[in-house]
Amino acid sequence: MTAASTSAPPSTLPGLGAVRAILSTLVALARNPSGAIGLFGVTFFVLVAFVGPTFVPIDTKAKLDKIYQLPSAEYLLGTDYQGRDVFSQIVHGGRDIIIVASTTALITTTIAVTLGALAGFLGGWFDSVVLAIADIILTIPQFPLLLVLATFVRLNNIVLLGVLLAALGWPALMRAIRSQVLSLRQRDYVEAARCLDLGTGHIVFRQILPSMSGYIAISFTLGMINAIFLQVGLIFLGLVPLSGNNWGVMLQLAWVRGAIFYKNALAYILAPVVAISLLQLSLIMLARSLEEIFNPRLRQGA
Amino acid sequence: MVAASPTLAKPADARASLFEGWRALADNYVARRIGKAVLTIWAVATMTFFLVRLMPGNPVEQFIGQLIAQYQLPYAEARDQAASLFAIDLDQPVYLQYFSFLGKLAQGDLGTSIKSQGVKVTSIIVAFLPWTLFCVGISLFISFGLGIILGALMAYWRGSVLDYSLTTFGSLLHSIPNYLIAMILIIFLGVRWELLPVVKMRGSMSPGIQPGFTLVFVLDVLFHAALPILTYVVTTVGTWMLTMKASTTATLEEDYVNFARAKGLTDGRIRTAYVGRNAILPLFTQLTLSIGFVFGGSVLIESIFVYRGIGTILVSAVSGRDYPVMQGCFLITTASVVFANLLADLLYGYVDPRVRVGQ
Repeated sequence: MTAASTSAPPSTLPGLGAVRAILSTLVALARNPSGAIGLFGVTFFVLVAFVGPTFVPIDTKAKLDKIYQLPSAEYLLGTDYQGRDVFSQIVHGGRDIIIVASTTALITTTIAVTLGALAGFLGGWFDSVVLAIADIILTIPQFPLLLVLATFVRLNNIVLLGVLLAALGWPALMRAIRSQVLSLRQRDYVEAARCLDLGTGHIVFRQILPSMSGYIAISFTLGMINAIFLQVGLIFLGLVPLSGNNWGVMLQLAWVRGAIFYKNALAYILAPVVAISLLQLSLIMLARSLEEIFNPRLRQGA
Repeated sequence: MVAASPTLAKPADARASLFEGWRALADNYVARRIGKAVLTIWAVATMTFFLVRLMPGNPVEQFIGQLIAQYQLPYAEARDQAASLFAIDLDQPVYLQYFSFLGKLAQGDLGTSIKSQGVKVTSIIVAFLPWTLFCVGISLFISFGLGIILGALMAYWRGSVLDYSLTTFGSLLHSIPNYLIAMILIIFLGVRWELLPVVKMRGSMSPGIQPGFTLVFVLDVLFHAALPILTYVVTTVGTWMLTMKASTTATLEEDYVNFARAKGLTDGRIRTAYVGRNAILPLFTQLTLSIGFVFGGSVLIESIFVYRGIGTILVSAVSGRDYPVMQGCFLITTASVVFANLLADLLYGYVDPRVRVGQ
C-alpha cells in the first residue's frame, strides 16, 4: 500500500499528499513489530533528551562522601566519581548526541540526494567526477581522518561537528540514491516529463525525488546511526572538547577515571553504554522496518 | 616518392598504436583498479600536505614558535630545525615543497618525530603497523569465513532455531558500536568475573619474549591479540552472516539451481558449486567497505585494549600534536586500506569475471 502511494508521481496537493504519506508510513511502522519497537525507542529517547531535562535537574555538585554509590531510590543509577547523580546525567546527556546526529543526517541526506539524483540523471562527466570523489572519500578510513582533522579544527561546536561528519558520510548514500535514480529514469512518467521539456531541476526534484521519499527516510536514519558511532568515538578519545553533559563525555570520564575497577560503579559505567546501544538499536530497527515497508520484496524473503 | 609514403605514414601509425595502447590500458580492469588506488593515495597525501603546511596557524609555524619560546632559538635556527623534522625545505616555493614532499614520500621518507627527537617516522611505522595488520587481517579472515558458513546454514535451514537465534544475535551485535562491545568485554570478562587477566593482556607481546617462529612467541602474540580479534569478529560477523543469508536465499530460487536439482546433482555439489559460489559475490563488494571500517575503527579498539598497534600510535601522536608521526600514521593507514581494497577488488574480478569486462 505505502509503496504504491509513495511511488506515484506527486498529487495536485503536494502538502496533503506528503502528510498522508507520512501518516500511512507511521501506521505501517506501528503494524510491523520491529518497526513499532524502533519507533517507540527513538520517540522515547527524543522525549527523554528534550523534555526530560525540565523535570530532572542536572546534578553538578561534587559530594565527596557519596562517591560511587550503588543505585538507590535517591540515585536511580548510582553516583559517579564525584558523587554526582548518574541518572540526571543520562537524562541530560542525550540532547547533544541527538542534535549532532540529526544535523549530520540532514546535511548528509541533502548532499547525497542532490548529488546522487543529479549524477544518476545527468550521467556523463558530472557522474564520473562525483563517483570518483565519492570513491576516494569512501576509501579513506573515516576515523583516522577525523582524528587528524580534529587537530586542525576545534570541534567544540555541535553544528561544526555535524558538518564535518556529514562531509565524510555522504558517499555511500549517494551511491544508493544514484542507482535508484538510474532505474527510475527509465519510467514512463519521467519520459513524459522529458517530452514536455520540463527541465532537469523540475524532473529531478519534483518528479523523481518524491517517489524516493522512502529511500530518503532510510538514508536519514542510517546517517544518524553512523554519526552517533563516529561522534561518541571521537568524544571517547577526548578529541571533541564538548563541555557539559553528554553520554560520550560520561563514557570518557568513567573510563579515564578507572570506574570499571570499582565494584559499585557498574551502573555508572554501563548507563551510557546501554543508553547509546539502545538508541542505536532503535534507529537500526526503524531503518530496517522502513526498508521492509518501502521495498515489499524484502517482506517475502524475511 | 614511393619511399616517402611509408615514412609519412609512420608517425600517424605510432600515434594510433599509442592511442590503442592507452585504450587497452584504460579498458583493462587491473590497470584501472591500480590507477584508482594510486589516485586515492595521491589525493590523501596532497590533502595532508596542505593541511600541515598551509592551514593558518599550521603545525610548522606553531612548532617554530614553540622552539623560539622554549629554547630562545633565533628564528632562522628554529626554522631549520622545523624544516628537518617535517622533512620539507621551507625556503622553496610551496609547489616545489609539495613536489619534494611527494618525492620523499615515494622513497618512504616521512620525516622525524617531534616528541621523540631523532626517531624516523618510518621506523615507528615499521615497528607498529605489522601488529595492526596482523590483528585486522586475522579478524577479517575469521569473520568473513565464519559469516559465509553460518549465513549459508541459516539460509538452508530457514526458520530453524539456529536461524532465529543467529539473526537476533547478528542484528543485536551489529547495532552496538564496536568500542562499546570492547568496553563490555573488559568490564565483564576482565573486571567483574575475572575470567581474563586484561591488564596482562595489554601491549602486543609480553616483555622479555624473543620474536621468532617459536611456539612461545606465537602463543604470546595470540594471547595479547585475542581480545581485539574477538571484538572485531563479534562486531563484523553479524553483517557477513545476514548478507550471506539474504544472498543465498535469493540464489536458491534461481532457475539454474532448480535445473541442477532436476538433473539429479547431489545436494553437496549444488550447495558449493552452484549456490555458494554465486551467493558469495555480494559479500565481496561489502568487503571493501568493511576493510576500511575495521581498520579505521582499530584506532578505538587498540586504545581501549592498550594494544600497541598503529592506531594507538596515531591517537598518542594526535593528542601530543606530533604532526610528522600523525601524518605518517594516517598516510600508512590509508595506504593499507587502499591496498587491501585493491586486493579485494582484484580477487572479486577473479571470482566474478563479469566485473573485469566492465559494464
